[in-house]
Amino acid sequence: MAGRAQPLDRFPSRLDHRLERKRNDLPVLDAEVTEAIRSRSALGTGSAAWLTAAFGWGALLLVALLAFGTVLAVLWRAGVEEAPSLGPAGWAALRFTVLQAVLSTLLSVAIAVPLARALARRRFPGRRPLMTVLGAPFLLPVIVAVFGLLAVWGRSGLASQIGGQLGLAPFDIYGLSGVVLAHVFFNLPLVARILLRGWAGIPAEHFRLAAQLGMGPGAVFRLLELPMLRAAVPGAALLVFLLCATSFAVALTLGGGPRATTLEVAIYQAIRFEFDLGQAALLAVVQFALCAGVALVALRVARAEAFGPGLDRPVLRPDVARGLWCIVDRLVIGATVLFIGLPLVAVLERGLVPLLSGLPSAVWAAAGRSLVVALGSAALVLLLALAVALLLDRLAHRLAEGLQGLALLGLATSPIVLGTGLFLVVRPFLDPFALVLPVTMLVNAVMTLPFALVLLRPEVARVRRDYGMLAESLGMAGRPWLRHVVWPRLRAPIGFSTGIAAALSMGDLGVVALFAPPGGGTLPLEIQGLMAAYRMETAAGASLLLVLLSFALFAVFDRAGRS
Amino acid sequence: MRPLVIGLAALLAAPAAAEDRPVLTIYTYDSFVTDWGPGPMIEPRFEEICGCDLQLVAAGDGAALLSRLRLEGARTDADIVLGLDTSLTADGADLVLPHGLSPAVEVPVEWSDPNFVPYDWGAFAFVYDTTKVEAAPTSFEELMASDLSIVIQDPRSSTPGLGLLMWVKHVYGDDAAEAWARLAPRIVTVTAGWSEAYGLFLEGEADMVLSYTTSPTYHLIAEEDDSKAAAVFEEGHYLQIEVAGIVKETDQPELARAFLEFMVTEGFQAAIPTTNWMFPAVTPAAGLPEGFAEPLDPADARLFAPEEAQALRETALDEWLAALSR
Repeated sequence: MAGRAQPLDRFPSRLDHRLERKRNDLPVLDAEVTEAIRSRSALGTGSAAWLTAAFGWGALLLVALLAFGTVLAVLWRAGVEEAPSLGPAGWAALRFTVLQAVLSTLLSVAIAVPLARALARRRFPGRRPLMTVLGAPFLLPVIVAVFGLLAVWGRSGLASQIGGQLGLAPFDIYGLSGVVLAHVFFNLPLVARILLRGWAGIPAEHFRLAAQLGMGPGAVFRLLELPMLRAAVPGAALLVFLLCATSFAVALTLGGGPRATTLEVAIYQAIRFEFDLGQAALLAVVQFALCAGVALVALRVARAEAFGPGLDRPVLRPDVARGLWCIVDRLVIGATVLFIGLPLVAVLERGLVPLLSGLPSAVWAAAGRSLVVALGSAALVLLLALAVALLLDRLAHRLAEGLQGLALLGLATSPIVLGTGLFLVVRPFLDPFALVLPVTMLVNAVMTLPFALVLLRPEVARVRRDYGMLAESLGMAGRPWLRHVVWPRLRAPIGFSTGIAAALSMGDLGVVALFAPPGGGTLPLEIQGLMAAYRMETAAGASLLLVLLSFALFAVFDRAGRS
Repeated sequence: MRPLVIGLAALLAAPAAAEDRPVLTIYTYDSFVTDWGPGPMIEPRFEEICGCDLQLVAAGDGAALLSRLRLEGARTDADIVLGLDTSLTADGADLVLPHGLSPAVEVPVEWSDPNFVPYDWGAFAFVYDTTKVEAAPTSFEELMASDLSIVIQDPRSSTPGLGLLMWVKHVYGDDAAEAWARLAPRIVTVTAGWSEAYGLFLEGEADMVLSYTTSPTYHLIAEEDDSKAAAVFEEGHYLQIEVAGIVKETDQPELARAFLEFMVTEGFQAAIPTTNWMFPAVTPAAGLPEGFAEPLDPADARLFAPEEAQALRETALDEWLAALSR
C-alpha cells in the first residue's frame, strides 16, 4: 500500500471526513456564540420575532382547521350511527391510489435528478427561458394538460401517427400508463426545479476545491451531490406523492375505466352520487392516513445537508466540461424539451385561433375575478409561508419536522370534502355567495402553502446556519441583516413560490364550486360551462387564456426573484 | 360636489331597488347559465312577466344539484331545482313540493309525475363522424361485434353515463353484466362528465361518443358542419327527460309555481332547441328550427319509471363496475 499513490477519489473522502470533524468541534469551542445563533431567527430578534412566531402558530392552526376541521364538519353532519367500513370498492381505490402514486413519484424523481443535474452544470443559450417553461406543466389546469398530452400520446396523437408510419399500432395511453405519464408530465419539472435549488445551495467553492483535487464526476456526485439529494429528494418526492395520491381528473379521464378509481374519485362518488357523507369522511380519513404515513417515512429518510456558506461565485465544472457527460446532459435536456414542450405547443395550437378571434365578455369578467383571487392568494400564502418557515426554524428539529409534515398534509385534503365541510361550517352564519372571493383566496393559500414551505424552509435554515455566526460577531441585526443577508438569499425561493401560488390559484382548485354566486364564477368554472354547452373551441381559447395568465403571473414573480 | 353625491346615491340606490322585487332562486346545471345556454334568454322574459328578480345558480350537474339541496337542508335559498332527469327524480321526491299543475307536454312517454314538470327531453345515442366511420352500427350487438372505439361517461359522476347504464339494463335486463363485458373492449376510456368525453371524441380519440340524437344538430346549425351523425339502434333509445320542481323550503311557492307554468310556454320552450340542444317539451309555434333532428318515434323510446330506475341503480352500477374493472 505504502509505495502506491492514493487513488484520487479516496483522498477527498478523508478530507471531507476531517472537515466534518472540524465542523462538529465548533460548537464545543464557543457555546455562547452557538446559543446566540440558535436563538437568532432568520428575521432577527426581539418583538418582530415574537410577532412572526405568533403569526406562524396562527397559520398552522388555520391549516389544521381547514384540513381536519372540515372533515369533522362533514362527519358531524353525516351523524354516523354505526362505524362505516371501506368495502371492496374502497380497498380497490386505495390499492390503485397507492400503486399509481408510487410509480408516478419514482419515475418523476428518477428522471428529475439527471435533468436537474444537467441543467445545474450546463450553460447554454435559452437556459433561462427553459427554466421558466419548466414551471408550466405544473401550472396547467388538469383538463387542459390532458388534451395537450393526448395531442401527443393519444390514439390519433403525434406519437401514434409517427408509429403508424412505421407500421405500429396506435399508442394506447388509457390506463395506468396514461395516469402515470400525465403525473410525470405535471411533476417532473416541479421536482427538477426544487432540486435545482438544492444544486444552487452547494457553494461554488466546493466545486472549485473538487476540481483542484482532480475529482471526477463520480466523486463529485458522491461527496457533494448525493448529500444534497439526500436532503432535498425526500421532501420533493413527498410533494409529488401527495399530489398524485389526491389525483382526480387525470385518473378519471386517462384511467380508462373504473379500475382506475382513486380515493378522491370514490369520495366524489360518495358525496355527489350517494350523498353518503359518512363514507366520504371515512375515505378522506384513509387518504389522510396514507399521506401521513408516507410523510413520516419521507421525513425520516431526509438528512439535513451542511455545506456551509459560499461567496456566491459562479459555479465552474471542469470535471464534466467535455466527454461522455456532455453528451448525456444534452440528451437529457433535449428529451425533456420534447416531452414537456410538445404538449404545451398542442395547447397553444388548440386555443390560439379561438382566443384571437375574440372571447365572450363573460370569459374576460371571469378572468378578472380569477386574477384578483390569484394575487390575493399569492400575497396570503407568502405571509403564511414566511411566518411558518421562520417559526419552524426556531423550534426544536423534531417538532419543526412534525409541524411541517402537518402543513404538508394540507395537500392530502380532498378538495370536495374541504369545500363541503367549509360550506357546512360557514353557511349557518354567512351568505356563501358574499364570501366567494375571500374564501377562494384563503383555501387556495392554504392548499399552496406546502409548496412555498418546502421551498422556503431550507433556505431560511441555511441563512441562519451559514451567516448567523458572522452576523452575530458583527453585531448585525434588524434591517441591515434583512437587507444584505436574508433578502438576497430568500428572494429567489420567495419569487418561485409566490409565482407557483399565484398561478395555482388562478387554475383554481375546485374547492369553491359550492360558493360560486350566479354569474360570479372564476375562469375555470367558466371553461367548464363552455365545454358543457358544446363550445369546445371557445373553451380551448379560454383555457389558453387561463394558461397564459397563470404562466404570466408565475413568470413575473419567478423572474423578479431571480434577477 | 353635488352631482357626485347624487351619482353616488344613485349607485347605492340601484341595488336597493332590485332588492324590493321578490327573488326567485333556481338551482340548475352549469351549461344552463352560460352565455349560450337557455338562461340568458329566459331570465329577462320571465322577469318581465313576474316583476321579480330571477337568480340562476349553477350547481354542477344533476346529481350535484340533489346533493347540494341535501347539504343545505332547511336553510337552502333555492325555490326551484331545474335539471334533474328521471333517473334521479325518485331520489329527489322528498325535496320538492307537488306542483299541482297539469302541464300539456309532448314528451314521448305519458307524464303524470305530481312533483316534477318536464321542460325538455332527448334520447341517448352514440354519435360518430360520417367522414371516419363508414358503416355505423345499428344495434348494441353490431357495436359489440365491431372494432369501433367508444368513449363513455362514468355513471357515478355524469347523467349521460347513468343514462347509458339504464339503457343497457333496459335492453339486456338480467344479462346486462354480460353485455357490459362484451362492450368493455370497445371502450377507450370513461370520463367524469359529458364534456370531457365529447371533447375526446372531437379530438379523434374515439370513433363514437355517448351523447344525444340531437348532438349532430348542434354541429349542423351552429357550425354548419354536417359530418356528425347519431347511430340509430334497432333496440331503441333510452330517454332523458329533464325536469324542474319546487323546492320544499321555498319562501316563494306562488312565484315558483308561476315559473313552472311559464316553463312550458313559448317564452321558455322556444329557447330550448338551439341553446340546450334538446327537444322542447312543448313544440314552439314556429316548429323546430330547420335541420333539427327528427324527434324519436315513441315506439323506439325506452325509459324506466323513476322508482324502478332508483331500485335498479345499485345492481346496475355493480354490474358495470365488475365488468369494466377487469
